[in-house]
Amino acid sequence: MIDDGTLANHTLTRDEYDLIVKLMNREPNLTELGIFSVMWSEHCGYKSSKVYLKKFPTKGKYLIQGPGENAGVLDIGDGLAVVFKIESHNHPSYIEPYQGAATGVGGILRDIFTMGARPIAVLDSLRFGPLNNLKNRSVAEGVVSGISGYGNSIGVPTVGGEVYFHDCYSQNPLVNACCVGLAKKDRLFFARAEGVGNAVIYVGAKTGRDGIHGATMASAEFSKEAEQKRPNVQAGDPFKEKLLLEACLEAMAKDLVIGIQDMGAAGLTCSTTEMAAKAGTGMEINLDLVPQREDGMNPYEIMLSESQERMLIVTGQDKVKPLQEVFNKWDLEAVVIGKVTDDGQLKAYFHDELVIDIPVKAVVDLCPVYRRPVEVPDFMRKLAKFKLPEMPADLDLNQVFLQLIASPDIADKQWIFRQYDHMVQINTIVLPGADAAVLRLKGLKKGLAITLDGNSRYAYLNPKRGGEIAVAEACRNLACVGATPMGVTNCLNFGNPEKPEIMWQFKEAVEGIARACRQFDIPVTGGNVSLYNETEGQAIMPTPVLGIVGLVDDVATIPSAGFVGQRETIILLGENKEELGGSEYLSLVFDEEKGRAPELDFTLEKSVQEVCRQAIKQKLVRTAHDLSEGGLAVALAECSIKSKKGIGFEVKLNDQIRTDALLFGESQSRIILVAKEKNVGKILALARKMKVKARVIGKTGGKKMIIWHKRKKVIEQPVELVRDVWENSIPGYFKV
Amino acid sequence: MKIRILVSLKPSVLDPQGQAVKNVLHTLGYKSVKDVRQGKFFEIELESLERQEAEKLVPEMANKVLANPIIEKFTWEIIEG
Amino acid sequence: MNETMKFGVVVFPGSNCDFDTFHVLQNVMRQETVFLWHKDSDLQNVDCVILPGGFSCGDYLRSGAFARFSPIMAEVQKFAAAGGLVLGICNGFQILLEAGLLPGAMLRNKNLKFICQHVYIKIDNNKTPFSQAGKKNQVLSIPIAHFDGNYYAPPEMLAELERKKQIVFRYCDENGQLTEEANVNGSLHHIAGVVNEQGNVLGMMPHPERASEKILGSADGQVIFQSIIDYLEKKTDSRKKKAGRITRPVVSPLPPHIGNL
Repeated sequence: MIDDGTLANHTLTRDEYDLIVKLMNREPNLTELGIFSVMWSEHCGYKSSKVYLKKFPTKGKYLIQGPGENAGVLDIGDGLAVVFKIESHNHPSYIEPYQGAATGVGGILRDIFTMGARPIAVLDSLRFGPLNNLKNRSVAEGVVSGISGYGNSIGVPTVGGEVYFHDCYSQNPLVNACCVGLAKKDRLFFARAEGVGNAVIYVGAKTGRDGIHGATMASAEFSKEAEQKRPNVQAGDPFKEKLLLEACLEAMAKDLVIGIQDMGAAGLTCSTTEMAAKAGTGMEINLDLVPQREDGMNPYEIMLSESQERMLIVTGQDKVKPLQEVFNKWDLEAVVIGKVTDDGQLKAYFHDELVIDIPVKAVVDLCPVYRRPVEVPDFMRKLAKFKLPEMPADLDLNQVFLQLIASPDIADKQWIFRQYDHMVQINTIVLPGADAAVLRLKGLKKGLAITLDGNSRYAYLNPKRGGEIAVAEACRNLACVGATPMGVTNCLNFGNPEKPEIMWQFKEAVEGIARACRQFDIPVTGGNVSLYNETEGQAIMPTPVLGIVGLVDDVATIPSAGFVGQRETIILLGENKEELGGSEYLSLVFDEEKGRAPELDFTLEKSVQEVCRQAIKQKLVRTAHDLSEGGLAVALAECSIKSKKGIGFEVKLNDQIRTDALLFGESQSRIILVAKEKNVGKILALARKMKVKARVIGKTGGKKMIIWHKRKKVIEQPVELVRDVWENSIPGYFKV
Repeated sequence: MKIRILVSLKPSVLDPQGQAVKNVLHTLGYKSVKDVRQGKFFEIELESLERQEAEKLVPEMANKVLANPIIEKFTWEIIEG
Repeated sequence: MNETMKFGVVVFPGSNCDFDTFHVLQNVMRQETVFLWHKDSDLQNVDCVILPGGFSCGDYLRSGAFARFSPIMAEVQKFAAAGGLVLGICNGFQILLEAGLLPGAMLRNKNLKFICQHVYIKIDNNKTPFSQAGKKNQVLSIPIAHFDGNYYAPPEMLAELERKKQIVFRYCDENGQLTEEANVNGSLHHIAGVVNEQGNVLGMMPHPERASEKILGSADGQVIFQSIIDYLEKKTDSRKKKAGRITRPVVSPLPPHIGNL
């Protein structure tokens, strides 16, 4: 009989245990319990989230593979498929920032090449505590080096992403890594152990005791003892992964693979049971044959180890030898550890003794699903009552403007991006820091655009709206490079789901994302849920992160993110509303994170994006940039800063709203387009046709940034100075 | 026989990693730290050998592989056997 | 003889710019190009060997320290001794240094961080097979991406490099000025690329293959590849060959397979 302490250590409830006994018709032994424990953890089993995730649309015209596989797959034409997914590695990255982040990258890369795709880009969504704190800086520094250390070595460019700072992440940093791969559409591979009698082959690195119970760790709240969990974090070896990548792709090209699955969270357990469950087969393995790095490992440790850079392959007995030759060529082990059976059981032998005998279906598909209680949090009522403070009469808008530019959320992230090799594979044509990263496809006119987006402040104020805006903004970013969104992956970072308020946030956010995806007609192809992001009862703000892939028809039409020439016309698409709720401005100047999240009108949003996309396709646009944190003033400033020659602007506005809201409000559905004089009429006509409010607001030129409101010069700053502030803000924190 | 080999940058070569460690120690209040040099540490187990043979073998390995003689120096000692 | 010239790109375990270099040579410069596997001892009769960027053998001890012991490097040594052209880019440069084919060594970048960005370099010596298509002092925009690119040589060695004009490229600003700021990794004398005394082996930290197509922001890297092609074409020995000019390269978004090596 298994006692309560053991169950607690395995984060299983007594009810869950009783269900296991029922499904197995007997008491599990400790190893079997360990297997159920990881497979039924929140991380692998999605037990709190599943009922809501069902709401996501999962069909679309580009879709090849939706949720349920290692990654989503979209058809991009020309016989090619893009394979992509996002995963969190939040908990490990707090405990050991370098290895946590590095193995996060390693894991998501394997998810992609497991499917037969060559990884062509990584993007990361990172959230840390404020940089004025030493511990936060060291976490940020470690995470960035970890991403760079792994991605750079393996030769997959880290082409972009987002980085935000907030106190709620001080003890719960978020590290979400997204990988995009390219495959031949008719050469995709799946995690299926097909064919009774086929060989089960272990390839890659040896198994050690690292990361045992990483998956359950990722499913429990943090405590002070977290720091002592250090041995739970796996160490990565990007060199080994590079060899594994090349060997796997070569074996696949040579038709030596029937089914393949990487060993990520829950290692050998997850790969054996899932592959068998998906194919409706069983598997018999001999644990003595598993290559081991350490002496005296027991079945529990072998099955639950999360050693990195390992894969499980199923192939025909006649292909074993040629498969081993490919792996040996790449100096890797490939060892037959068992075979596919037909009894639906995972059977494992150790020292000639049957030590595991469990029904794979129970482990993989019968994890209990909970509809946990939801409840609107108390603070929502207080938030709703909040009244915007008046704009102080003596507010120095120029000062506020520079303060916003210096805010690490807005300031230049070059200090980070420069540590990533973002150019290897020579496809990156829009470098990190723009609205979306763009990759060319060698030999083709078309290209891929990818963006990661999420705004936790909006999601905190209004989780549903936050979810909607995350999707809308990601699509808007894609529109700014002329791309059409094709499909979505998402990473949902929330607190403890056993608390009704957190579960409410989760439910609302998912509903918002689902609604927005329907509006944009894009399927969710998979992703990751990261719950229990709290330390000592303090949860993070709800942080849904959206990764959306778009298709650019002709990469030659992509406009610049910065101003290109003097005396060009600046057009604003969309409307400036008096919205300051949840804005960077309100937080920075009034220290308030309250008010209403910006409104979102899908019809307008879609039309604005379409105008932008059409104008780019017709080659009318020189510069395009969407408005987000910091509003209109910051967006204009960014265009100026990113112009090669420091081109300024002069903009005149007459909107009948508060000046601070006009300059720094974060109303949605707005894009700045810059065009040569002769094309302005065409863009305005396009906008009229699509019923989008569009107007000329000023011209590029000069060496200053100037904004007028109602005939008053409200902003006037030299481009050089603003650029200086923008560039030196983040590096300033890291100077010892 | 167990050998310990220490490889570090020659004194004439600037050691930015060592400098960075020194700076951090200073920021943390360890003002008495005068200088830090960072290096690499190898523990090599050799089949039982005569001391003489080791004296020939170890510097050879160090010069050929473990250290880059243009920038690095090494010291070694027998710690067992 | 009417043979066409041939380039060989060495693939070490951990090379990651091998496909990029291959792409530029074959599809942009349109020259016949083959991969050379590190375990092989056959240079396949190539006219120029390129050691590409990456993290050969994981670069676990020092950058380039292990790769130089691979079988193919023994052949590259002989090829270089016989006057064959060898170009090492980034990690390839580090390997050439470790192998003793070029003088000096690499230290960690002065800011102790990996640096990936566009930099400017100027051609200090345009009389080499790798730079002759450029003008003296011409400024090229080419990216770097490395952790250990801080070039070091002891003072006597450095003086000799200067005297013998072995410094081919130096980090500079947009206008060709050797400012402290432009020397991002801290290299002595702003060294970005050096050639051996005989002039047939060049190592450079910047990646010309990342700057050989306009769409990537710069095509200045072509100067290096064009120099090699011009040099090989004009070489007046019995092995004189024609530049390949593959007329219609089949360009695929997915890299080619390295082959049955």
